[in-house]
Amino acid sequence: MKLVTAVVQQAKVDEVRDALTALGIRGMTIADVQGYGRQQGHTEIYRGAEYKVDVVDKTRVEVLVNDADADDVLQAIVSAARSGRVGDGKVWVTPVESVVRVRTGETGEQAV
Amino acid sequence: MNSGDTAWVLVCAALVMLMTPGLALFYGGMVRSRGVLNMLMMSLGSLGLVGVLWVIYGYSGAFGSDLGGVGLLGSPAEFFGMSRFVGQESLSGSIPTFAFAAFQAMFAILTVALISGAIADRARFGPWMLFAGLWATLVYFPVAHWVFAFDETNAAGEVTAVGGWIANRLAAIDFAGGTAVHINAGAAALALVLVLGPRTGWPKETGKPHNLPLVVLGAGLLWFGWFGFNSGSALTAGTTAAIVFVNTLVGAGAAMLAWMLVERIRHGKPTTLGAVSGIIAGLVAITPACSAVTPMGAIAVGIIAGAVCALAVELKYRLRYDDSLDVIGVHLVGGLVGTLLVGLFASESAPAGVAGLFYGGGFDQLWRQAVGAVAVLVYSLVLSLGIAWVVRSTIGFRLDPADEDTGIDETEHAESGYHFGEARNTVRGPRTTEQGSIEALEGSVR
Repeated sequence: MKLVTAVVQQAKVDEVRDALTALGIRGMTIADVQGYGRQQGHTEIYRGAEYKVDVVDKTRVEVLVNDADADDVLQAIVSAARSGRVGDGKVWVTPVESVVRVRTGETGEQAV
Repeated sequence: MNSGDTAWVLVCAALVMLMTPGLALFYGGMVRSRGVLNMLMMSLGSLGLVGVLWVIYGYSGAFGSDLGGVGLLGSPAEFFGMSRFVGQESLSGSIPTFAFAAFQAMFAILTVALISGAIADRARFGPWMLFAGLWATLVYFPVAHWVFAFDETNAAGEVTAVGGWIANRLAAIDFAGGTAVHINAGAAALALVLVLGPRTGWPKETGKPHNLPLVVLGAGLLWFGWFGFNSGSALTAGTTAAIVFVNTLVGAGAAMLAWMLVERIRHGKPTTLGAVSGIIAGLVAITPACSAVTPMGAIAVGIIAGAVCALAVELKYRLRYDDSLDVIGVHLVGGLVGTLLVGLFASESAPAGVAGLFYGGGFDQLWRQAVGAVAVLVYSLVLSLGIAWVVRSTIGFRLDPADEDTGIDETEHAESGYHFGEARNTVRGPRTTEQGSIEALEGSVR
């Protein structure tokens, strides 16, 4: 099993979700996050006082998948989240040791 | 009594009343979220306290018979409690005295509330209320007498009751309160800033406005109420009120455009906070001038006020004073600009009927405007410094630095403005059974 984690532009979340739903993915975790990467922050101005904003708002999407689906899911997220501009985000895949579905107690691939 | 005039002034009084909660939202949105309620509360406190003081002795101090005939103060005892007007038809011009008193009460309330913007996040609430009461009594009521109490004359033109010195002896034009309201509040703000000092961590760590839509909502309510503030000051529903209305519209609009242009040139972007700040600066400046200028004159006043105030608000970073929400930059500077520009842009064809420098009137009106403006500025600054110093030395004025860190809403009011999520929101029950349980309490409410 794999955990696919993506940090994407907030405006791209719906497209990512639609792409994953089309692949048959039935659940995901979505969270508003803040951070920064190579992308620079931005400047805000309030009555002439300039504030440098270092961290930017992003959305983190996490999907738990079986090993065979990991590549497809990764590709789907990348193509749905890409705008071609700076700040599109990152996607990474990490191995998962065990999974339990809380309601039934199922484990492993059944629980994904 | 004229029922049309009475209806107009009563409606305007209600419009002006709405300015204070509008101001509360305007100020509230500009502070960090952990201080929004204290910002609202300082305005609400003024609404309650100054309204009551006004009826008890404020109206009398401002509009009672002049003490000594020198135009400095009305007799506070003459109309004490206003009870003597009840049960008789007491008129103020063509409207009931109560209508005039109600309208003027809103001015007193708003003026005190305006000051609070300078001391965001660092003044304890109790001392603020004490300051507000003392300031209204010692500064606002006398200055309102100077500016708003006109001589009463009989049919032969002889003065039967002496009014304030600025309105009558000096004959400076201040239609709706450029000196009495804005210079007055701005000078008091300067005094408080000097006595209280900057917020801990200012300017680096004091944060951005937490809710600009709230600021825009507040500014909208202020502009809406301001039509009552200015047009209602005609005290009659007629031509003067209508001209003033139009001037109030274009003065604010032109100032907004000017502020945005200054920002576009200096910082590259026209901002929302800049646009609404321009509106307020224009409204402040057109307030003393709105009966003395043509609509084109109002546009000129607005443009100058918008540009000057946009530059003035940045002075605090150079001069190192923490006027949190720019009461000095917008109200003191805007009030000075509007009051002085009357001396330049006043047109004889406008209701006030006086010509300024640009309309062939020479310097006569300009020096009158300058003397009125400086007199109110100095009086307010000196008295406010004294009152603030007394409050600070007796009961203390500033919040504990640790409480500043925690947030003034929590430490002064035991509330927070916003709740997200449901965690940790369990109601803590009463400590003794005598008071009954929450369930029993809810039962009795139902």
